[in-house]
This record gives sequence, C-alpha cells and structure tokens, in this order.
Amino acid sequence: MSAYFDHNATTPVDARVRDAMLPWLGERHGNPSSIHRWGRAAREAVEAARGEVAALLGARPGEVVFTASGTEANNTVLTTVARRAGFRGHLVVSALEHPSIRAGVALLEAAGMSVTRVPPGAGGVVDLEAVTAALGAETKLVALMRANNEIGTLQPVAEVAAACRRRGVPVLCDAVQAVGKVPVDVGELGADWVVLGGHKFHGPPGVAALWVDPRSELDPLLVGGSQERRRRASTENVAGIVGLGRAAVVAAAELPERARHLAALRDRFEAGAAALGARLHATASPRLPNTSHLAFDGVEGEALLIRLDLAGFAVSTGSACASGAVEPSPTLLALGMPPDEALGSIRVSVGMTNTAAEVDDLLAALEGEVSALRRLAPSPRRAVSVAGEAAR
Amino acid sequence: MSAGAGLTAVAMSGGLDSSVAAHLLAARGEPVVGLSMLLWEGVGEPAAASASGSGRCCGALDLGDARRVAEQIGIPHYTLRMDDDFRRHVVDPFVDDYLAGRTPSPCVRCNTWVKFDLLLERARRFGAERVATGHYARLVDGPAGRELHAARVPAKDQSYFLFELDQQQLAAAEFPLGELSKDEVRDLARAAGLLVAEKGESMETCFVADDVASFVARQARRRAAAAGAAEGGAGDDRGGEAAPAVAVLAVTDLDEPATVVDPEGQVLGRGAPYYRYTVGQRRGLGVSAVGERAGERLYVLSVDPAANRVTAGSAAELACRGLTGSRLHWINPELDLAAADAASRGVEATVKLRSRHPGVAALVRPRSGGGCEVEFAEPQAAVAPGQAAVFYRGSRVLGGCWIERGLPQTAARGVANGST
Repeated sequence: MSAYFDHNATTPVDARVRDAMLPWLGERHGNPSSIHRWGRAAREAVEAARGEVAALLGARPGEVVFTASGTEANNTVLTTVARRAGFRGHLVVSALEHPSIRAGVALLEAAGMSVTRVPPGAGGVVDLEAVTAALGAETKLVALMRANNEIGTLQPVAEVAAACRRRGVPVLCDAVQAVGKVPVDVGELGADWVVLGGHKFHGPPGVAALWVDPRSELDPLLVGGSQERRRRASTENVAGIVGLGRAAVVAAAELPERARHLAALRDRFEAGAAALGARLHATASPRLPNTSHLAFDGVEGEALLIRLDLAGFAVSTGSACASGAVEPSPTLLALGMPPDEALGSIRVSVGMTNTAAEVDDLLAALEGEVSALRRLAPSPRRAVSVAGEAAR
Repeated sequence: MSAGAGLTAVAMSGGLDSSVAAHLLAARGEPVVGLSMLLWEGVGEPAAASASGSGRCCGALDLGDARRVAEQIGIPHYTLRMDDDFRRHVVDPFVDDYLAGRTPSPCVRCNTWVKFDLLLERARRFGAERVATGHYARLVDGPAGRELHAARVPAKDQSYFLFELDQQQLAAAEFPLGELSKDEVRDLARAAGLLVAEKGESMETCFVADDVASFVARQARRRAAAAGAAEGGAGDDRGGEAAPAVAVLAVTDLDEPATVVDPEGQVLGRGAPYYRYTVGQRRGLGVSAVGERAGERLYVLSVDPAANRVTAGSAAELACRGLTGSRLHWINPELDLAAADAASRGVEATVKLRSRHPGVAALVRPRSGGGCEVEFAEPQAAVAPGQAAVFYRGSRVLGGCWIERGLPQTAARGVANGST
C-alpha cells in the first residue's frame, strides 16, 4: 500500500502531456530560430504552446515568456525592477513568499534597497490594508503570491494590485501553486507579472511561464540570442514548452472538475484527520482545494513524515533544504507559530490521481503512526542529564 | 551477531565504512533505514569546512553521497538536522578544552552524546530499535550484559572512541564492520559497486577545516561576541557550557604569545598562544632549552591558561607513573567492580592513553566522587589532560575515564605535570 500526497512539491506528468511531448523527444526536432523547415516546425510548436498558456490565463500569446522555472521568472522580475531603480528604493513583499522571492529580495536588500516584509494575519492571509500601509513614495515593487505553497491560503492579489495600480506601484504575482487548481485570469488579477510552473499542474518539470502586462517592463536575466523577443536568451526547450502548452489545455478544460475532485478528497481527509485529533490550520481562510496543513499535539512532523514514508505514504514538512534536513518553515514562523509547532506540522496535498480509498489508507496509517509516536517517551535519557554533565 | 527483526537505523556519513556497514545490513534482508546527520555548517569558518571537501564527515556534499549510496543499496534515507546538538555536545566543549589547556577527544563525545544518544532517540521516534555505525569494534553478549570489544584487526580498532557507552546504549548499538579489515571492507564496496568504494580516509577532526589553533581562536571570538551581545538579555540557554571560553577570554588575549619556561621557571622565550600547545608536543615549540639543559630535546609538560604559560622539559620529565581521571565509566560494572573489590589493590587493565597508544599495563583504583587513579606498570610519556584513558582486558573494553592530570614519575626538579 502506497500513495503520493505531496502534489504541491510536484505532480506526475499527465499522460496527454507526455504524448504531446514524445514526438519532440523522438522523431521531431528543430531549433525554433532556424530558417529551414525543421526550424519552422519547432517554431510553430512553441508558438502554439504560447497560445495555449495564454488562453489558460486569459492573456494574449505575445505576453507570455517561457522560462526554465518559476524561480527564474521571479528572479527575472526582481532583477528588472532593481536594475531600473538603480538598486535604490523600496520593496514590499509578503512574508509568505516562495524562497525564489525571499532570497532574491534579501540580495537586493544587501545591494542597498530597503524591504518591508508584510506578515500575514493568523489565518495565513495577507491583509490589504497591511500592504497599502507599507507602500511609500519610493516603493518600486510589491510581491504577493496567489496561493501559498505550504498552507494553501489564497492571497488578495486582485485587491492589492488595484490599490497598487492607483499608486503606480507594479505587482509581481507568483501564481505557481494556484494555476491548474483555481482559476487564474491575468485580467482579474491586475498584476504586472504572473508566474506559473509546469510541474505543479501535471506538466513537465524544467519549464515555466512568465506573463508580462504589455504596459510593464521586462529585461532579460539571461542574455545572448534574441529568443522570446529578447526577453530570455536560450534555445527554446521545445518538448517542455509543448508539454506546458498541453498541460494548460487540459487544465483549462478540467478546472471545475479538478477543483471538485480535489476538494472532495481534501474534505474527506480533513474530516478523518480531525477525528484523529489533528489541529488543521487555516481552514477558515480562502484556500486551495488540495492542501491540508495540520499538526498533532506532541507529535514531531519529521518523525511522522518518516514513519509515513516507511509505511508507503508521501507527505511533507516545511521546506526541505539541499541536504534534505527539515527546518522550521519561514511561512509558519511568519504566521506567528512557535518553531516547535512549526516543526510539528505536516502538509498533505492531494492530486488528480488520488482516490478516496487512498485517502482512507492514509488516515489509517496516520492513526497508527500518531499513536505510536505518542507512546514514545518525549525526552532522551542523556539529554535530561545534560545540565549535570555540562557542569563538570 | 544478528540483531533479529525490527528496524535498524544505520548512521551514514557518505564515507566508505558507514556505506559498507549499510550495505551489509541491507543485504541481510531485514528492514534498514539510512540516517545522515547534518552536524556542522561551519558558519564563519573557511570554505573548506562548510563546502565539505571529500573525506570530511560533516558536510552536505558527503551527505549527498550517503543519500546516493542508500538509493544504490535500496534503503530509505533521511538527513536529520543536528547541528545545534553537535555544537553543544562536541564543538563547544572541544574549544573549551583547548582554552583550558587540555587536549580534547571530540570523537568520544560525538559517540556518547550524539550518535548513541540523540540520534538513537530520533531514530526510535520512527520505529528504529537500534543504531548501527561503521565503527571498527565488536559487541559480545556476556554474563554481565553487553561487552564492547576491540575490532578483530587491531590496526583499525575504534573501540577507544566508544568507551563511554552504557549498557542501554550498547544494547541498541550494532557494528557490522567489527570482524573486517579495511581491505575486506573496500573489497565489499567494490564488489557491490558502491559509488564510494575508492574513497579515502577521513582522519582529521571533521569540523576543523584548517588548523586547530585558528579554529579555536575563531570560535572563541564568535562565542565571546555572542555572549557580549546577549548580555543583559534573556541569557544563554546553554547555561554553564558557554562559560569557560568566555571566562578565559576575559583574562587572555587570544593572540598573545605564551611564555615558554623550563621546569625551573627559566624563561625560554615567547611562543605561540598557549592553546596551540598540547601536553607531549615536541615539534613547533619555537624555543630551545638553555643553561645546563642546553641541547635537551624539549616537550610540552603542561599548559597554564591563566598565566598564558607553557612549561617545556625533557622526555624524562614528561614521563608519568600514573594519572588521575574523572567521570570513571565501566561498561560492565558488576563484573569489573566486583573484581576491583576482590583485588583491593585495583582493577588490572591495559590502559590506552589515546586512540593509537599501544597500551600499558596498569591498576585502576576508583576514587570517591566518580573519579579514579591509574597506576602504570611502566612510565608513560604524554599523559594529556582532556584525553580519554580507556581500560582493556584482552580485547574487551572494561571502561575508561577522562584524564585530569598525569602523575609525574619523580618529584625531581619539581614539575607538576598537567594543568591544575
């Protein structure tokens, strides 16, 4: 018995996506910049995909730039803003942002820009007034994600973007966790830049897209050839881009059905988890249909994750560092959660291939593992005597 | 020895030995999980310590190897963040020892306090019953509980570093390499195609990238700065453990060269700061004997941090007839304390004064307060305070203690060997 409940980390590639990609990993090839027929065919495949991604977002194809990752897209926007501001001025970011924005902003801070990090309310949602209160005359950018990757809460991007537009401040919206799970329409959001990533919604890894408002700027992070209208040099990842296009088509067609399926599984899981005594986080907030974040009193998230893995179930705790060790999640700390409770939490993110039976299996495993953990004495024998040892 | 059913956690550093230990356990067909400890990120240390050159045990690169080996041999693998524990139980005491003029034994502390305590506890939380490591040592179930024995091949023996384990820890320990030679271990790795099969040895202190003295100075400064910043605040939650380095810093400039004197108090010159010296050291003293001692080969006899003074003398003056130890520990107390009572003159043992010491016949006499006195059958050089003295009978480890001071062989020329 095994099942995957970590779809916010990555999702399996949809069979239809794979089928669309396979010719470009097999009999078809070509550099979209080439003049000959191989090149023209590859160009057509890339542009068709651009149209498909644009359609999912309610955008025009020319506004979509393909990148290799959501991280790259976020970095490109931050770099554009900072360079144009001469690395002076002020940035406003939510404290819930993905590391690709957190780390990028920290770098700009070190380079001389000032930064306001707006904490979310207790429900894991950033308050519109808190963002507008942080705006100043020198504010060059606001970054606010659409959906948080850990607790799944949806952020008021449309409201924030409207307020920022009145003040002339551009908005970057990282929508990587939202696209394919909830409707994302760039017109409704009103942001200047919107980022999505293929592997979060059954597309391939290694390809992402950055939507740019035609009134907004974008300078290339990677320079070289004139690909992507000089906004991103590099030979196009044709197979990946084709896969991203197909993932967008499938998501656009299935979005209402997906949301129903995911929410039904999530609700089934959460009802069962609550019956086991779990504390469920942010359930009263607007949130993704697939993400549950929970803790069991007196149970360490890391030990629970390992036990579930050994039992065949994939869940996650916080964000893993390069070595795989678990650290308290900055997102949860931003919510005001003490580090111990943050380390006691796990994330269960359901996906389209999960079934109700798998959810029931996970709940049965949870029941067993949580009670096993609670039976264990909490403190190591030696650690108790540390004070005495230290006094030698 | 077979451990029977139940989950075994094997500590994996990414090196050859622990990889082969994991491989042998996995090949047994019982459930095994690989664990790596993120011990040291080397913040503020030279790049080599944090980026982890190969052969070092603590860095993320080698942990990557551990993860790959685990995948190769088909066992789950997890990395546990334990850097706070490692600093508290191993790195800070290591620095404190040097600042107190002692010669620390960090590997013993790592085994006693980290691998077979905190790691074991963490592993138990997800159902492991025991922790296995790549140590060259053996466990034998005897009449008075588990016995710890030296490895079959003496050249690789690491039982010295395990002397402080107690019965509960030994009952939950396993050493799959205890019967093997290094060549056999490497052959096993090659036969299994393990990607670490050609890896070299890690010999130095795993968390020190450059040299010990520079490391000690940097860490002492870092902690003094941290203590200064915390002053008036909530205080240091490590309690007394931060105190020694800070206390020493208050009276000693870390860059101040020590005064090197001979046992009569004759000043021989100014050397390096005192914590660069360890008892028994011969090379790099930076001074020569004078007067009637001129031409004598000099050894460090003692280190006095408070006076920033190092006493150097002859090999004869270095020789000790015994030592006093603290934190006396017996692996099988019933067995060996009964023997001690029977023979009122003390427990007969072969005592190793450092890991590669050949050992000397000795009598161990427990003292009140948890310490002991050890009397050697023959004088021993370089009895360094801070090192472990480990007692053996044949291959069996009886126990050991921490060296407080050497007992000089003669009172001649009146030197007290060891710090006070």
